[in-house]
Amino acid sequence: MAATTPKPPVTGFGPLNGILTWVDQRFPLMAQWNEHAAEYYAPKNFNFWYYFGSLAALVLVIQIASGIFLTMNYKPDAASAFASVEYIMRDVPGGWFIRYVHSTGASMFFICVYLHMIRGVMYGSYRKPRELIWIFGVLIYLSLMGEAFFGYLLPWGQMSYWGAQVIINLFGTVPFIGEALAVWIRGDYNVSDATLNRFFALHVIALPLVLLGLVGAHIMALHEVGSNNPDGVEIKKDIDPKSGHARDGIPFHPYYTVKDTFGVAVFLIVFSVIVFFSPEVGGYFLEANNFIPADPLKTPEHIAPVWYFTPFYAMLRGVPPMFGSQFPGVAVMGAATLILFLLPWLDRGRVKSIRYRGTKYRTWFTLFVVSFLILGYLGVEPTTVWGEFSKGVPIVGGDYIALWVARVLTVVYFLFFVLMPWYTANDNERPEPARVVW
Amino acid sequence: MKRVLALFFAIPAIALASGGGVPLEHAPINLHDRASLQRGAAIFVNHCLNCHSASAMRYARLEDLGLTENQIRDNLMLAAEKIGETMSAPADPAVAKAAFGVVPPDLSLVGRSRGADWLYSYLRSFYRDPKSKTGWNNTVFPNVAMPHVLWEFQGAQDLEVTSRIDSNTGDPVVHSKLVLEQPGRLSRIEYDQYTADLVAFLSYMGEPAQNDRKFWGILALFLLAGFAVISLMLKTEYWKDVK
Repeated sequence: MAATTPKPPVTGFGPLNGILTWVDQRFPLMAQWNEHAAEYYAPKNFNFWYYFGSLAALVLVIQIASGIFLTMNYKPDAASAFASVEYIMRDVPGGWFIRYVHSTGASMFFICVYLHMIRGVMYGSYRKPRELIWIFGVLIYLSLMGEAFFGYLLPWGQMSYWGAQVIINLFGTVPFIGEALAVWIRGDYNVSDATLNRFFALHVIALPLVLLGLVGAHIMALHEVGSNNPDGVEIKKDIDPKSGHARDGIPFHPYYTVKDTFGVAVFLIVFSVIVFFSPEVGGYFLEANNFIPADPLKTPEHIAPVWYFTPFYAMLRGVPPMFGSQFPGVAVMGAATLILFLLPWLDRGRVKSIRYRGTKYRTWFTLFVVSFLILGYLGVEPTTVWGEFSKGVPIVGGDYIALWVARVLTVVYFLFFVLMPWYTANDNERPEPARVVW
Repeated sequence: MKRVLALFFAIPAIALASGGGVPLEHAPINLHDRASLQRGAAIFVNHCLNCHSASAMRYARLEDLGLTENQIRDNLMLAAEKIGETMSAPADPAVAKAAFGVVPPDLSLVGRSRGADWLYSYLRSFYRDPKSKTGWNNTVFPNVAMPHVLWEFQGAQDLEVTSRIDSNTGDPVVHSKLVLEQPGRLSRIEYDQYTADLVAFLSYMGEPAQNDRKFWGILALFLLAGFAVISLMLKTEYWKDVK
């Protein structure tokens, strides 16, 4: 038993050895430290794209910390929510800083997560044996969307109110149960005080717990199978018999802890430029309309979601109503996120990394990324942005150009996934090297 | 619910219809110019605060503009007792609604929701319109409920509409411009400065911490730049052994 034969004393931590030994004999401290840091061997060839995982974790911590201080002063009450945010901005010492950190953090979270996800796609990090890491990741992404949506209602501005109204009404389009579903979500027939209260509960308790649990699972699954790398080569195939560790692996601590620390420094510089000099980011991080208190009787001139939802919003707008229902557009939008779960089983390539992929995959990947970006842009703009086709053109005559572009790009987005089993199965791939390129 | 969804898909049309379609002029404001902000604060409490409130703005906060508590009390607190009070309008909202059809909106955040350029253009774009209830209209905010409160300073403008037939396409071309019919107490240049002072104050009031945060930002960037350099040196040192 552990109690009768104490573990050997901890060494290598100088004056802390004594206290660490005391803790380690009562708690698996060094075992955890070694498993996740000191003896977690990661490939040595991580590049720029590999910063965004740790940065996303950093933003999660920033959001929780700033969120706690906001919660101390915010009032989840339709009559006082808006004023309490202005109270934070004006009367709470340093309140503007806490609030801007939190609003900037929301957008930066999505920037990190999008870059982290596209990295995973590029280097095939979702492939066997990392399917579960990917699935946990997609669940994190979906939870984050929920977290952002619930949080956006809390300032109780015009965009908060009408954005929530529009999104909840999307659930109302579900056949048969839609109306009841929408009432169940709102807790009322309209977005109201009841909605604000439950969104507050979901935003500050429910989803943060879910996110923390999922992030833990994501990292545990990662450390179980080991990290992928830009070459998509399994470093565990080449173990040094002397050390028992992968030849291309280096201990996460200290090598990646110091590297990620540098990433954190650069990231915080970007973060600070936004927080201190341009917290609204031209209306993309904080919308002008949201400085007007929510008014259920006055619809704003232009309702658009915050930038991180706009690719899906453009898809929604692109799908025409069918059988007098908007549900097809809602279904397309939902499918666009859920299809991500299938990615590990759609890819039949013999190599993982885009570095060794063939022409077909590279073409589809490029089309996918470009489509997603243009859809994101179109979702910000009104559909009139590119004008109309002239009346004489068959089929599309008189329609908005941007609407049809969004339709075509939505199809491209889905084809990237749906056709993947075919274009990856017989592509002109190059063979993977035996070891990582360094 | 159907109505809301319909609105949601008809947004572009609504956006076009209500923009006023008038290009906005750049507001010549400087938020570091305390004299301009102080003049703007005086204009605000004398002319705007009768009907509009600024419920997020405390009188005491005006010390930001370089004023002492006594100066604020003596010159700017026309409708309040305590320096810690927020700026509320003496007019009863119900009376205001009866007079104008709408309750005059709170202006605490108008600098952020409308933006300085919009406010600057708006305050200079009132014109006489006998068809409207107040006798005034505005090219930036068509059919606005507010009369031209500052008319004695600017004077009265008319909207001159001319139309001609384009000789190439045969389409009618409508052209309109504002013409000063009756001069006010201020010259055109003086009125531009007068509105710029007011807009500067409204912009400041939208976010009183905005000058402060830039100061802290410079400090933060210096510290973080040092942190970045040290962490890069540390990283380079450690990574020397990775072969």
